[in-house]
Amino acid sequence: MIWQQFLGLAGSYPLALRGLGMTVVLSLISLVLGTALGFGLGILRTGGNRLVGSVIGAWVDLIRGTPFLVQIFLIFFILPEFGIELDAFTAGIIALTNLAACFICEIVAAGIRSVPSGQVEAALASGLSRWQRMRQVVLPQAMRIVLPPLVGQYVLLIKDSSVVSAIGLTDLTRVGWLVVQRVPNGLLVFFLVGVGYFIVCYPLIMLARRLERRMGAAHGEVQL
Amino acid sequence: MLENFSFRTIVEYLPLFGQGLVTTVWLSALSFVGALVVGIVLCAANLQRAWLFRVPAKAYIDAVRATPLLAQLYFLYFGLPRLGFVLPELAVGILALSLNSGAYVAEIIRAGILSIPRGQVEASVASGMTYAQRMRLVILPQAFKVTIPPLLGQAIVLVKDSALLSLISVAELTRAGQLLASDRFMPAEGFLTIAAFYLLLYYGLKGLAGLSSRWLGTAGART
Repeated sequence: MIWQQFLGLAGSYPLALRGLGMTVVLSLISLVLGTALGFGLGILRTGGNRLVGSVIGAWVDLIRGTPFLVQIFLIFFILPEFGIELDAFTAGIIALTNLAACFICEIVAAGIRSVPSGQVEAALASGLSRWQRMRQVVLPQAMRIVLPPLVGQYVLLIKDSSVVSAIGLTDLTRVGWLVVQRVPNGLLVFFLVGVGYFIVCYPLIMLARRLERRMGAAHGEVQL
Repeated sequence: MLENFSFRTIVEYLPLFGQGLVTTVWLSALSFVGALVVGIVLCAANLQRAWLFRVPAKAYIDAVRATPLLAQLYFLYFGLPRLGFVLPELAVGILALSLNSGAYVAEIIRAGILSIPRGQVEASVASGMTYAQRMRLVILPQAFKVTIPPLLGQAIVLVKDSALLSLISVAELTRAGQLLASDRFMPAEGFLTIAAFYLLLYYGLKGLAGLSSRWLGTAGART
């Protein structure tokens, strides 16, 4: 009985690897796209244009106020009504990228706002252009505030990628669900699924904690 | 395009949405109470000096934070019957949400307690207070103020997370949207309606969080 279960699990080994691969690829693509988009939105949000800022703010609120599962369903089932045919993978990438971009936008905006206005004024007085000001003065200082929660956000993103299994993508969670139909030992199967996520997420959690301690210390020094 | 968008069908299904909303609200509330209990116990264990309490609590918190809720939910859903506990889906869902959110609540409470300046603790030790007096009279009243806003933030996360229970066929709000989507082939009507309901809950809790931090005067406390 137990032996058969082990054989069944061992037979699912390639499937599990494919699932883990899918989870990593999904997370990685939307992590890169979401970070780029999130930084852009965050800079625009604090850029001074009221209308742009509040439109972005409203969109972020909509995304933060609804469950990710509902967002996936909306993208996967409703975009086709507008003539945009999506496969599950693309829908998953769009949903995850959008989610990441919204949260990262808030993190970046908070970081930019934390830079003392004297710094911006000094940069203006030195005749730096808008782009130079952002790149050489504001962003480097904002990164201190941005980096720890940014890494934390990546962990959330990897975990949220499990929800795309609901539209049939064969990620790690979906593999667990498939395997448990053949090997009726939910404890063991989903323990192993958990181990897979843990291996990917835990180093990032550790990194976020270390950054928080280091950036906090560095920030303290400046304040003193 | 959505030219066939049928408000009539939404109205027709309104009782179903209402039931779903009510279920989502009370199961979230119950899970939040559960999460507070789990969180307080975990945090108390985590702050002990004895490793026998501290290490398991830390391991539990890390394990929950490094794995997705959906995997935890399936772990309980497919795993509990294996151990001889055959529970209804709703109970499994509330259990999963409580155990998951409890780990985050523990960290919030811990951060609140650790935010109390060391001098306060030293002063109360110097005044000859016992451990219990120190906790009750000095640390907890101050920590309470700091923890309320992030706890409400966790409540928002919990309400949104409860949507995942639809995947083990608990008849909550998201499930109601799925039913309309599949019965009538009207995904737009189903999912946009439940999104609106979730936004209602979100803005309610967000307003509450804003009010509470103003009442408690903690808005500027986290500089």
